[in-house]
Amino acid sequence: MATTAEGFDNPTHADHAHDADHKPGFFARWFMSTNHKDIGTLYLIFAIFAGIIGGAMSGVMRMELAEPGIQYLGWWVEFFGGTAEENANYHMWNVFITAHGLIMVFFMVMPAMIGGFGNWFVPLMIGAPDMAFPRMNNISFWLTVAGFLSLCMSLFVEGTGANALGAGVGWTVYAPLSTTANPGPAVDFAIFALHLAGAGSILGATNFITTIFNMRAPGMTLHKMPLFVWSVLVTAFLLLLALPVLAAAITMLLTDRNFDTTFFDPAGGGDPVLYQHLFWFFGHPEVYIMILPGFGMVSQIVATFSRKPVFGYLGMAYAMVAIGVVGFVVWAHHMYTVGLDVNTKMYFTAATMVIAVPTGVKIFSWVATMWGGSLEFKSPLVWSLGFIFLFTVGGVTGVVLANGGIDDNLHDTYYVVAHFHYVLSMGAVFSLFAGFYYWFPKMSGRMHSEFLAHLHFWGFFIGVNIIFFPQHFLGMDGMPRRIPDYPQAYAFFNQISSYGYHVMAASMVVFFVNLAYAFTGGKKAADNPWGEGATTLEWTLTSPPPYHQFETLPVIEDHHDYHDHRPA
Amino acid sequence: MTTATLEQKNLRTGLYAFMGAIAMLGLGYAAVPLYDLFCRVTGFGGTTQRASESEADMAARIAQSAGGKTMSIRFDASTARNVPWSFRPTQSTDTVQIGVRDMATYVARNNSSVPITGTATFNVEPEQAGKYFNKIQCFCFTEQTLQPGQEVNMPVLYFVDPAALEDEAMDGVEQITLSYTFHRAIEPDNE
Repeated sequence: MATTAEGFDNPTHADHAHDADHKPGFFARWFMSTNHKDIGTLYLIFAIFAGIIGGAMSGVMRMELAEPGIQYLGWWVEFFGGTAEENANYHMWNVFITAHGLIMVFFMVMPAMIGGFGNWFVPLMIGAPDMAFPRMNNISFWLTVAGFLSLCMSLFVEGTGANALGAGVGWTVYAPLSTTANPGPAVDFAIFALHLAGAGSILGATNFITTIFNMRAPGMTLHKMPLFVWSVLVTAFLLLLALPVLAAAITMLLTDRNFDTTFFDPAGGGDPVLYQHLFWFFGHPEVYIMILPGFGMVSQIVATFSRKPVFGYLGMAYAMVAIGVVGFVVWAHHMYTVGLDVNTKMYFTAATMVIAVPTGVKIFSWVATMWGGSLEFKSPLVWSLGFIFLFTVGGVTGVVLANGGIDDNLHDTYYVVAHFHYVLSMGAVFSLFAGFYYWFPKMSGRMHSEFLAHLHFWGFFIGVNIIFFPQHFLGMDGMPRRIPDYPQAYAFFNQISSYGYHVMAASMVVFFVNLAYAFTGGKKAADNPWGEGATTLEWTLTSPPPYHQFETLPVIEDHHDYHDHRPA
Repeated sequence: MTTATLEQKNLRTGLYAFMGAIAMLGLGYAAVPLYDLFCRVTGFGGTTQRASESEADMAARIAQSAGGKTMSIRFDASTARNVPWSFRPTQSTDTVQIGVRDMATYVARNNSSVPITGTATFNVEPEQAGKYFNKIQCFCFTEQTLQPGQEVNMPVLYFVDPAALEDEAMDGVEQITLSYTFHRAIEPDNE
């Protein structure tokens, strides 16, 4: 198939191009890669690396918040070459929350979910030899890396002044905080990081849409597609429609900052609230971009380890479509306090609550899939169960926050922080680990330790709950988010929350030990290590799969349903 | 299916998808004028309306038949940090009959030693009153230049649309706050 751009892959060995497992040399393979599995691996390594940095930043923040007063921020200001004083310390805090948010959203969750697992398993699951545009796939990855570097560089240039480096604007980059209040070039670097990561994701989305529409194996109709592929398809559409709006908004920010336009400056007839509308028109679909592939993975895993087809397949697929569609018309629930009139708030409250319906369909369908199933509590299923439980908790607080009236009270408090960490750092991240343990044997050809995977799960589960559950109480008591210092009244729950971080961090050590074990002493993985419940096409290949797979396309016959794609 | 047709198909689908992304980029920019239009038409965010003399006469006649209900108007003034003016209303509140036009004045004085051109942004609270608050004349329609030490009286001619009486969102609204903020006009001579 010319779709793998053989000439580029194998510049000196064109005569061996028919060998399915022939790999190019190291540099050509990893830096000029056009192979969807290699690019997926690169994305996963990149996401783990970015996750370590973003996670370490949250460690710094949790340590600072462990007790009232400013303990560590001054040290970090001096570390970056400034002089510790009150304003510089506070700015340092803003830089930390900004970098943590942007890294986790754009350089950890998105690359892992879409770039990593999406690239690896969408072509395998639909029986395609590779992605539709292999070279564009490579560009997507390196644009993401360039974006990450730009964000890192922003930490070392002026933010609010010579003594305050970095962009202290929050992941939302609201004007006028990001225009007049952060005049230094740090914000420009941060905006540029978003441009690059956004461009990479838009190209990636185009690639996924084309691949899924045009390159499914013969006989695999849309309604026979695995749910993970459905989830990536919906996600790709969300990316394609939401990210350009962010690009427009941050480009306007850039010209407001540097070229005297006044899109968001009232002095020239602009309106800062317009930035919030544009940002959240992107931002709300973005939160579904981060969770939908997780939904897909959990659907595969729950079905596999229940040894049953997923309950309500069509309902599951179209619930994701519904979440995607409705996700575009609820954005103003992030901005209830900008001064919306009561009718607008009523609409956004009602529309937001509607999303709980398809989400509920999914939760109940996962439970119904397990009902009466022959459950096997392997690590992927355990992580998936953690996902279902914790995502539901985050969903419940989401329904609370959806109320315009209640949000007037809870807006920008730790209740919101607790809510979105329950759906992201527990929802999205639990599904990522579930997917990782599910597909690690397939990707690497080695078995991880199930014991360590379970230990990792329990440490992580207990840790993140200790971190984030008390934050609900802090928020209800009125502790605002995005502050490094607080009155004594909030000390108790903050201290507990910080203890939780240590538990979580210890569990991450177990994760890396497990990886090291798998690559050194891990057993060789069978083609299908999960038994008869694993019925999608990736399990029909070797572990790891050949460098080029499906030279002869698999055929989905009439007797195949949406669940079982194995050849008879 | 031959390879060539798959490549063509992929290119076509990819281009459609990419065009979708470009269209959304355009929509992002189109949001700027659309948002402005939306606010002016609906009074969203307390955006006030502009009325002509004849519309004001019409409103006055309707108001007559509606009975003489009144509304308290509070006047608010502020300046951006880089505008060294004192700027205040001559009276802090006024009670007007709904539908009847009234004149309020603001006083601005340039306390600096250079001429400064300002432009005023405006809105009303509560926000649902925006679409019923009509200005016939306002200093905020144009830029104002004040010489060093110059003090000027600036009038606003306005009325409250009697249609407000029929809107249930306006039930219980007894006072409308009219607020102005002077910003430095974006002009080369101000830099």
